[in-house]
Amino acid sequence: MSTPGDLAVGGRTRSVLLTPIITNNPIGVQVLGICSALAVTTRLDKALVMGIGVILVAAIANLAVSLVRNYTPGSIRIIVQLSIIASLVIMVDQFLKAYLYELSLELSVYVGLIITNCIVMGRAEGFAMQNPPLLSLIDGVGNGIGYAFVLLLVAAARELLGAGKVLGVEVLPLVKDGGWYNPNGLMLLAPSALFIIALLIWLLRALKPELQEKD
Amino acid sequence: MPKVDSTRYTILFATAVCVVCALFVALSAVGLQARQEANQRLYMEKNVLLAAGLIRHDEDLPAPELRAIFDRHIQVRLVDFATGELVPADRVDARGYDQRRARNDPAQSRPAPENRAGIARMPNLGVVYIVTRERRIEQVVLAVEGLGMWGTIYGFVAIERDGNTVRGLTYYDQKETPGLGGEIGNPKWQALWRGRKAYDDSWEARITVIKGNAGPPEKDPLRVDGLSGATVTSNAVTRLMQFWLSDAGYGRYLKKFREGAKA
Repeated sequence: MSTPGDLAVGGRTRSVLLTPIITNNPIGVQVLGICSALAVTTRLDKALVMGIGVILVAAIANLAVSLVRNYTPGSIRIIVQLSIIASLVIMVDQFLKAYLYELSLELSVYVGLIITNCIVMGRAEGFAMQNPPLLSLIDGVGNGIGYAFVLLLVAAARELLGAGKVLGVEVLPLVKDGGWYNPNGLMLLAPSALFIIALLIWLLRALKPELQEKD
Repeated sequence: MPKVDSTRYTILFATAVCVVCALFVALSAVGLQARQEANQRLYMEKNVLLAAGLIRHDEDLPAPELRAIFDRHIQVRLVDFATGELVPADRVDARGYDQRRARNDPAQSRPAPENRAGIARMPNLGVVYIVTRERRIEQVVLAVEGLGMWGTIYGFVAIERDGNTVRGLTYYDQKETPGLGGEIGNPKWQALWRGRKAYDDSWEARITVIKGNAGPPEKDPLRVDGLSGATVTSNAVTRLMQFWLSDAGYGRYLKKFREGAKA
């Protein structure tokens, strides 16, 4: 789940924080966490809240897993990580229901699905189990930001092309309201996110040829 | 400290993790419960106000203001579906009544009569929100629900004093396909319902979401524009509206309501 690249940099905080944002982006390069990236990117505000949720969960889960890593029996380490992640996700969900109720209705099941987000699990098992707490926390933040970054790009494209809006504010006046833009309904459906993510991966690999596998 | 890989230590460690995690989860759930329930109720009440046209979709009113409008104009009552009679206000706490919870409670619900709206059980009592303006009863808002494409659709429909004309409606909880069936949540589509009639001349619940476009409400009162690409959702809306407006649902109550208006 982790790539040799980020283990080799060892203690360098800066690269632990920054590499997951572009060079080793969890969605764009490792192609993890696609499920929620399809589901919550119809609008920018949903993607923003989801992104913040994943950053928080990934960071705190990494910190907690790393704190107990030397005391965790190897035979139950995965379930211990899952318990920690699941508890954090439930807490995030409870907070959303208490403070951002209407948005939490729209995110519905996808907040709960952060539990099974491969990025969070992957970082806990692949990084936090071998690294000190502070560095693990930073790694969680970095990977969360990498995920949120892609989510925001995809959501911005989908909301703009699918509904003519950005963050709920009309940007392209729609034909049905007397404007000129005819919205692309496909953009509001899950498959469009696959196309946009594929385009992003293509762009990333074109800009950084070292990401391309030799075959 | 025992060895990290011994069975005893493993069990102890697992227990400790469970206890700590459970503690955090329980604290957040219990600590935030009151706030969440208040949000839920406010959201329902906001949708009642939207259906009744007392607030607009583009207004973003703070919670206290929403509550004030609700308290000023709306009286919450319960109706017995079997008779269509209002339950006396002093016998039940209508405002605290949760129709969705009642439907799942065998003591407060019964099997629904045969219907095409996917409704298996219905509560014995239904909520009605009586809207009063300047001391005159102006309209009544009813709770509706039924099976859509991906899940149950919940909404409110406001009926004018004549017990027939639709004043407005909202679908506040639905899982229909975003962009297609999900458009039932779109205020612009909901606005098309205004002025249509729930019943035909023989008082059968006849309002129907059709394929294509309906005429203006004066000329084409029993039909509403369909949603393109969402036949299943459109039909589901027709069926659930007809069910709740029929005598199995609020029909008996609405009959009394409109007769009360004449008297």
